[in-house]
Amino acid sequence: MDAKEFDMGKIDIAWCPGCGNYAILKALKKALAELEISPTNLVLVSGIGQAAKAPHYFRTNLFNGLHGRALSPAVAIKASNPSLTVIAESGDGDMYGEGGNHFLHTIRRNPDITNIVHNNMVYGLTKGQASPTSQKGFKTPVQLNGVYLEPFTPLAAAIALDASFVARAFAGDIEQTKEIFKKAITHKGYALVDVFQPCVTFNRINTHQWFKDNTYYLEDTYDPHNRVEAFKKAIETDKLPLGVFYINSNKKTFEENVNANRKSNEALYKYEVDTGKLRNLIDQFKDAN
Amino acid sequence: MNRKDDVSIVLCGQAGMGIQTVEFLLTRILKLVGYNVFATKEYMSRIRGGANSTQIRVSSFPARAPVNRIDILAGLNKGSIRHLEKRTTPETIVLAEEAIVKDELQKDKYRFIDVPFTKTAEEIGNAVYSNVVATGAIAALFGIELKTIVDYIRKHFSNKTEEIITNNTKAVEAGFSRGVQLAGSGEIEISIRNDATIREQILLSGGDAVSMGAIGGGCNFIAAYPMSPSTPVLTFLSQHSADFGIIAEQAEDEIAAMNMALGAWYAGGRAIASSSGGGFALMIEGLSLAGMLELPIVIHLAQRPAPATGLPTRTEQADLELALYAGHGEFPRAIFAPGNLEEAFYLTHKAFNLADKSQSPVFVLTDQFLIDSYYNTATFDLSGIKAEKHIIKTSKEYKRYELTESGISARGIPGYGEGLVVLDSDEHDEEGHITEDLELRKKMVEKRLKKLELIKQEIIRPELWPGENYETIVVCWGSTYNAVREAIERLGRKDVAMLHFKQVYPLHNETSNYLKKAKKTVIVENNATCQFGKLIRLHTGIEIEEKILKYDGLPFAVEEIIEGLQKILD
Repeated sequence: MDAKEFDMGKIDIAWCPGCGNYAILKALKKALAELEISPTNLVLVSGIGQAAKAPHYFRTNLFNGLHGRALSPAVAIKASNPSLTVIAESGDGDMYGEGGNHFLHTIRRNPDITNIVHNNMVYGLTKGQASPTSQKGFKTPVQLNGVYLEPFTPLAAAIALDASFVARAFAGDIEQTKEIFKKAITHKGYALVDVFQPCVTFNRINTHQWFKDNTYYLEDTYDPHNRVEAFKKAIETDKLPLGVFYINSNKKTFEENVNANRKSNEALYKYEVDTGKLRNLIDQFKDAN
Repeated sequence: MNRKDDVSIVLCGQAGMGIQTVEFLLTRILKLVGYNVFATKEYMSRIRGGANSTQIRVSSFPARAPVNRIDILAGLNKGSIRHLEKRTTPETIVLAEEAIVKDELQKDKYRFIDVPFTKTAEEIGNAVYSNVVATGAIAALFGIELKTIVDYIRKHFSNKTEEIITNNTKAVEAGFSRGVQLAGSGEIEISIRNDATIREQILLSGGDAVSMGAIGGGCNFIAAYPMSPSTPVLTFLSQHSADFGIIAEQAEDEIAAMNMALGAWYAGGRAIASSSGGGFALMIEGLSLAGMLELPIVIHLAQRPAPATGLPTRTEQADLELALYAGHGEFPRAIFAPGNLEEAFYLTHKAFNLADKSQSPVFVLTDQFLIDSYYNTATFDLSGIKAEKHIIKTSKEYKRYELTESGISARGIPGYGEGLVVLDSDEHDEEGHITEDLELRKKMVEKRLKKLELIKQEIIRPELWPGENYETIVVCWGSTYNAVREAIERLGRKDVAMLHFKQVYPLHNETSNYLKKAKKTVIVENNATCQFGKLIRLHTGIEIEEKILKYDGLPFAVEEIIEGLQKILD
């Protein structure tokens, strides 16, 4: 399948020239095309922010909801129709800040969805304030003397919650990012891909060059099935590792659990009310149960 | 005490001491022998201690509203007589264990009869059986056969150990002989007619009715965060998830719950968002999202006294304006306010079909009183119960927000058809993509608002009772239905009628005609600011003159409405 299948044609894109979002968009389209996932069977779910606009530049189904709330509808969409491929995609402020609670609990729920987070360590759309992942000392029009909050470490948090797939990519490397996306999408269970991405307008510290200088890929010998080792890698700050940090495939997905509960794998739109059963249920209230 | 046709029993005890067991057993046994029963509870927001009470009305006619009058007060713990002494009269029979309640007894204020509930239970083996002793004593007052009672008790405890079953049987027998003794003494005479057809009726709570109405409407998805008094709906749908193919999930918060519900509707499910004041407040951003995305959503809002945490386990009708105005921006909605259990069932069912058809939020506005009270009623008629689906299989050219005459664009879902289903919380074009074309913005606003006309086509007419020959009209809505109706019945004036609204928004266009016909207008609301009265004034220009309002956290007792009406009519 050609990645062009996902192209919207001539549209006005609201991103700054040179933004890391373009590379992420390209890598994701390529990954989906190589996996032969058709636009009609794919749903992109996003929140609000510059990264959250990405689905609009895709020819596919999309649910562009509220700031911080992409994961909740994504979980429900996948559960309501498990045959769909569901990707929740937004920025660091959206997923880790406004949506922080949903991030934690979606990991616990383990739906079979991919969660892509564009992480540029700054708020773009609201013009340059600190994000949950901004580095200490980062100065902005609001954080005048520099950020004093401890930066949120999404990978460490995800591994602490025993997320079933945890990875980090760098938008400056489309080929490797695409490969990581493919692994995340084909992984059964919740898959987090935090993507380092330079913000060319508001982040003059964590630039393309800075990411190049401060990251490295995990060695081929690295075993992503060891949670403690994965956690160690996730809290490294000297140089920031890239690649697949952690995989735990021994977990049931949310859909498997809820479908076992409701004794059906059928998509909800095919569901018909069994009025005979409802009759029986109501009539149980005759017999002073 | 001599009661014909209608006995009010109040059971009182600490939280965690089994008052609910007595209530459960008694109502079931009484219904089993063909009596009308109605039960409502008032309880504290705590797990142990305090004073909780349950009122059970047993009657020849279907009495379905709280009364202040207490004919029999059974106090099971210290403090339980004091908790209710204001409602006792010299006519009230107080059954309690003297040794336990001696410090609070005022024997001149009511007729006290010493019944050693706890001592008897301890003799059997454990004080825990005191509630079953009480069950046996009270059941005996109604002349129910011992065998019927024992059989029911044994059935109820059948999954417990033999020892527990035996002890409960002994407890109910001991209570029964004390009850028989009381009945024989002439102190208590009860003559309620029983009716064998009642045995074939169903006995259920408002929470059961809302939940089963949802199932009837095709509900197959609930994500909710527990919050009193809405929790019974989450519990019920979870417990029946296997039988009805329902996805039931406890969400991390109400924000997630609402956004999940919308995701489910988008993907072809039929979801309910169920919460109470503060939890619903967190859902409001999502409600506005439903307005923008034109997704159907059914919201069950079980009211309780607020602001903030308020009185978590008590009742009020003070979230009408919240439901009415919640959500930033302008978009249509409908608000149902069931007056009784039957309406709770049928209207929740209807809410699903209307939401799907109008692609708009539809509220089912209940309250703690309606959710937690229960009574016997004829089993529900399912002939009109159907999940009416309004989903289309999309074609390649599909546009989710195609501009149409009615404002309704056919709703597709992802993965069903060849089209793409694009939803955006930003203003969007016909395809669903983000736009800042301001001409298009205007068209989209108008398109969304047009859907209110569709909602109005199905509007539910308010119920006028008993008929059109009235000089005074008593307006009410939601759960006050049975209390207002009984008050008017007992008032015995032919010139007074009730106008009960089961749908409070949009307002029925005959509303002003009903009001103009009356010489005197009265409104009854379980809130302090007369919210529905304000809504009526807004839409009809008519200010309802007389207001009967109550906002102490308790539902209206019939006598309070009678008194209020008498003052107004004199």
